[in-house]
Amino acid sequence: MSRLFSLLLVTALALALAFLALPVLALFLRVPPAELIRQLGEERAREALIVSLTTSLVAHLVILAVGTPAAYLLATRAFRGRALVVSLLELPLVLPPAVAGLGLLAAFGRSGLLGEELSALGVEIPFTQLAVVLAICFVASPFYLRAAIAAFEAVDPALLGAARTLGAGPERVFSRIALPLALGGLGAGSTLAFARGLGEFGATIMFAGSLPGTTQTAPLAIYDALDEDFEVALALGALLVVISVAILLVAKLLASWTRSPSTSTIRFAPSGSR
Amino acid sequence: MDTLTVDLDHPLRSFRLEVGLELGRETLALVGPSGAGKSSVLRAIAGLLRPERGRVELGRERWLDTERGVDVPPERRSVGLVFQDYALFPHLSVRGNVAFGGRGRVDELLERFRISHLAAARPGELSGGERQRVALARALAREPAVLLLDEPLSALDAHTRGVVRGELAELLEGLRLPTLLVTHDFEDAAALADRIGVTAGGRILQLGSAGELLAAPADAFVAGFTGANLLPGTARAGRDGLTEVALDAGGTAATTDAGRGRVGLAVYPWEISLARVAPTDSTLNHVRGEVRSLVPLGNRVRVRLGPLTAEVTAASAERLALAEGDLLVASFKATAARLVPLG
Repeated sequence: MSRLFSLLLVTALALALAFLALPVLALFLRVPPAELIRQLGEERAREALIVSLTTSLVAHLVILAVGTPAAYLLATRAFRGRALVVSLLELPLVLPPAVAGLGLLAAFGRSGLLGEELSALGVEIPFTQLAVVLAICFVASPFYLRAAIAAFEAVDPALLGAARTLGAGPERVFSRIALPLALGGLGAGSTLAFARGLGEFGATIMFAGSLPGTTQTAPLAIYDALDEDFEVALALGALLVVISVAILLVAKLLASWTRSPSTSTIRFAPSGSR
Repeated sequence: MDTLTVDLDHPLRSFRLEVGLELGRETLALVGPSGAGKSSVLRAIAGLLRPERGRVELGRERWLDTERGVDVPPERRSVGLVFQDYALFPHLSVRGNVAFGGRGRVDELLERFRISHLAAARPGELSGGERQRVALARALAREPAVLLLDEPLSALDAHTRGVVRGELAELLEGLRLPTLLVTHDFEDAAALADRIGVTAGGRILQLGSAGELLAAPADAFVAGFTGANLLPGTARAGRDGLTEVALDAGGTAATTDAGRGRVGLAVYPWEISLARVAPTDSTLNHVRGEVRSLVPLGNRVRVRLGPLTAEVTAASAERLALAEGDLLVASFKATAARLVPLG
């Protein structure tokens, strides 16, 4: 009976592993490395990659700059409606990307909620690179916010209190104590958000379109190339896999770093050594 | 001389914290069971807890006055707070921790607390006693006008504790700062503090020197907390101007205290002597009982016998060849028996 059960567990794992690894493996089997590099020289692939990396990077900086202080506030202050605020911030996690794109259009589109104000300022967002950045921010920031709130909550409040009584104002407590201690968790959340942003598809295509050279990101270019040139699509796909694996490794590394000697590993020595 | 005046009224989970204190250049210990609200007093003085109503003043400096809307933030109150588990910054070295409070006297403080050789170490690599010294050095780096210690010895093992207690007593003696410390251990309080406030349920039940508390415990809780045997009984006037207490546990005892009705008879363990047969000396009270346990405490032995706990010297215990199950007579004088109201 217990042998049968073990067999069942092993079979389940083997199935999951085969199913999840096979498509990735297939990508690389179809694209020899030399071909991969040649395809990247192609104008279209290169443009898409540049668009992807610039928009992701800009969006990521915005996410870090706004998300970090916001998460710190949520992690360290108790206030009425806090749970509701956190839920609203997490909403994009469960929203279908197409709905997210629709929502962004409804908010920032020409006939959208803020459309009149924006065109009065001469700003037009839909189908520009700014739209790509906004779409990425919208879908990726909850990943960072969640991780950042958890990371700040994990910092012992006594340490923050101790810093205050030692003469540090709230800004110094944040920069010298909370931020360094939460860094591992912030880094892990940041890489996850970056990965999510880099793969963004649904909201981007609805809100920013797929204009080569301006709003066509790598995932959009893959979709676009699918009909005409499967090889280009495969090459871009393989490249995104390489980037994703790198991101996953960084995230794992950062997560293990959080648990390393920087946080307290209590060792009990018998008595005060002199 | 700056006096620290504290007046607090704040709801805690199951009771109100209502504490009024005034302390000069002395060490005052708040002692009581955990959950008595002692730590909240320290947090309110440091500014980490804002009480519902209250006033905290150091001399003419007003740190908190809820009625006038004054609430000085913690970083602008001249307070050194040593946390229960020391709250050392795990990502900073010993030097970094001490320097966080103030850069001026770092080397001097490292030297003074004998942690110079650990300057580069992280808190995670230190022993309990070393951590405590780092926490004290860090708190003093800011040259605070008031020192607050939250259970300064409870994170230490029994051996280290004795050593550190002596060192801490010496340090406090030398600093002459208004110092408020919080502990659940009456012996620690007696060793470190000039005055002790026995605290329970958010209130100070009795405030006085260790000697005063032992000589005249205000009630059964204080008597029990300071280590007395507490025998409930019924008091009535007895012979020779003494009070006679019919003990619930059986038998009677005489005391020089006056009292009537339901009372507790408090006797400290060190006031009780043990013998194989009842002595024919001046002691009036004799309780016969079987030895239930013998616990050696250094040069003393704690003997549990019937309803009583007695403390005798290890030498006496050896001379009497005490063993569990022995039938003994415990004796104490009527002048050593205190009457306290039952809580």
